[in-house]
Amino acid sequence: MTHTGSVKNVSRHAALGLSDERAVHMYEKMQLTRKFDERAQLLQRAGKVNFHISGITQEPSQVAMAFAMNLENDWFLPYYRDYGFVLSVGMTVKELMLSLFAKAEDPNSAGRQMPGHFGSKRLRIVTGSSPVTTQVPHAVGFALAAKMRGEQSVSLVSFGEGSSNQGDFHEGCNFAGVMKLPVIFVCQNNGYAISIPFAKQSAGRIADRAIGYGFPGIRVDGNDPLEVYRVFAEAHKRALAGEGPTLIEIMTYRVTPHSTSDNDLAYRTKEEVDHHKALDAIPAFRAYLTELGLWSDEKEAELQARIRKEIDEATQYGENAPFQPVEDAFRYVYADSAPEGEGR
Amino acid sequence: MPVMEYIEAIRTAMKDEMERDNRVFVMGEDVGLKGGVFGTTKGLQQQFGEMRSLDTPLAESAIAGVAIGAAMAGMRPVAEMQYSDFMFPATNQIISEAAKIRYRSNNDWDCPVVIRAPIGGGVFGGLYHSQCPESVFFGTPGLKIVAPSTAYDAKGLLLSAIRDPDPVLFFENKKCYRLISDEVPEGDYTVPIGKSKVMREGDDITIIGYSMPLHFAMQAAEELSREEGIEAHILDLRTLQPLDREGILEAVSRTGKVLIVHEDNKTGGVGAEVAAIISEELLYDLDAPIRRLCGPDVPAMPINPPGEKHFLLNKDKLKAAMLELARF
Repeated sequence: MTHTGSVKNVSRHAALGLSDERAVHMYEKMQLTRKFDERAQLLQRAGKVNFHISGITQEPSQVAMAFAMNLENDWFLPYYRDYGFVLSVGMTVKELMLSLFAKAEDPNSAGRQMPGHFGSKRLRIVTGSSPVTTQVPHAVGFALAAKMRGEQSVSLVSFGEGSSNQGDFHEGCNFAGVMKLPVIFVCQNNGYAISIPFAKQSAGRIADRAIGYGFPGIRVDGNDPLEVYRVFAEAHKRALAGEGPTLIEIMTYRVTPHSTSDNDLAYRTKEEVDHHKALDAIPAFRAYLTELGLWSDEKEAELQARIRKEIDEATQYGENAPFQPVEDAFRYVYADSAPEGEGR
Repeated sequence: MPVMEYIEAIRTAMKDEMERDNRVFVMGEDVGLKGGVFGTTKGLQQQFGEMRSLDTPLAESAIAGVAIGAAMAGMRPVAEMQYSDFMFPATNQIISEAAKIRYRSNNDWDCPVVIRAPIGGGVFGGLYHSQCPESVFFGTPGLKIVAPSTAYDAKGLLLSAIRDPDPVLFFENKKCYRLISDEVPEGDYTVPIGKSKVMREGDDITIIGYSMPLHFAMQAAEELSREEGIEAHILDLRTLQPLDREGILEAVSRTGKVLIVHEDNKTGGVGAEVAAIISEELLYDLDAPIRRLCGPDVPAMPINPPGEKHFLLNKDKLKAAMLELARF
């Protein structure tokens, strides 16, 4: 295609069909996620909450993949580090704080599950558990239902590289491949399954496993959110066109310990962690936007103040909110109200 | 009322419900074109097409897991495990996922899936085509478990299971498939989940059980009535979870002597819980210790005919145990 008139360099995000506003919005979500995560760690260290599991350094790619999805039609099966993803599809910091403090108003589980176990029908986020990778066949089931009903819907399911060794990963990929279902399988390869480095988890590339299941597998640099957006948008398009699943391996690095219960320096060096901290994609994305004139120090200050306020308010709200009454322990084991045998 | 084979009743339930509700579909290994290794889904693919009678890859965790996902998405899947012996790879999906989806999401999500699995021996299936895995799943809150012994109950319970808003394990007995026939109404009816049924009335001894062994109990009871004048009261639990406490207590109260029977092995079986319920509520009304007649505590039954016969219950074993209890 040739353009006449003034010649202007098209920015990377514009070339991908992302408006300036959306690109800036992505950056804001990355920052919001980072600040939430840092606060959660602080709250755990201060003894205010029992447990936190961090997604720091994985946020840029999580935000990017969410921005490539259709929030009205798609189904989301995130894993426990996907704060950037769930915040980008509509969950609020207040809701995450309610989950962190395990309070009744937590929409994910009313404070029944550990934080990071997302679920919200309203946001099309499917409830998840702790045994890893069980969500992969579920995503395939959502895609199967979509195909049966003729709906234009894609299932996105994410998991870690350690989890990708579970049978459910392979069984789910195989099923979706055979039936050409609209699923995007996302391996967030952050280098460690708790203490086990990738080299001891797999002798090959996770992305290459897709070949065995008859669909494309793509490895992408998690520190390049625009490239992540591009491959997800492409996978989404393939899925809707009836071309079947895609496996995307996002190469990232877990700079935090596995969870607040882990001492990572027992199995890796500070130098290694520092090396990866220096590769953080958030400052790089800020520099990118600044260079294009879409961002400034003033805007940054305003954003940080806004995020600070939102997190402070959410923290206070979460801390003060009531727990679910213990008598409610017996609620929702089954559908209490529906007469048996009269399921509709 | 037409007399129908147990297997035909199961097939009819699926067919009727697939005609009535287009969210219902069956999936599993060989269930489509072949119609199942036992023929349970025969004709469904011809009538409803490949998507609604879906041949799947040979991978039980995916069969359960994909069905669970489809159920959460609003479908009404009926997933078949070819033999219950092969459902253990799906145990994580059933116990960690299906059973807990409503609870862990505080009622935001639900999982109306049915998982059908043939149980039981007597078909020279050896160790891995004969097992009764009920006790593995029994005691997992969030699951419902049914195990019909008659064609009537098989159809009525399967319709209830498909319409149930929660996950139901449907343990059908493969020995019953063509051995058991009884009257099954045409058209729509349901058997409620959680309700036992008195199969035979009597005032001397109470037999409580489920699935195939109850037919041995019925045969033994007729002989004992004729030969000894002993009248057995026989209760079919039909649903293993939730157990029908009232039905159990009422049946035991009738005679004060109770024998619990099942093919699953004795230790940790459903019978142990039934015995505990009776002990908690009725200990001082009993006229004899609670008895159990179950599969032996060995890993599974062998394929060699004497070994299989030794493992399995039969009319004579039931009759001996019932007579001994009556004479206590």
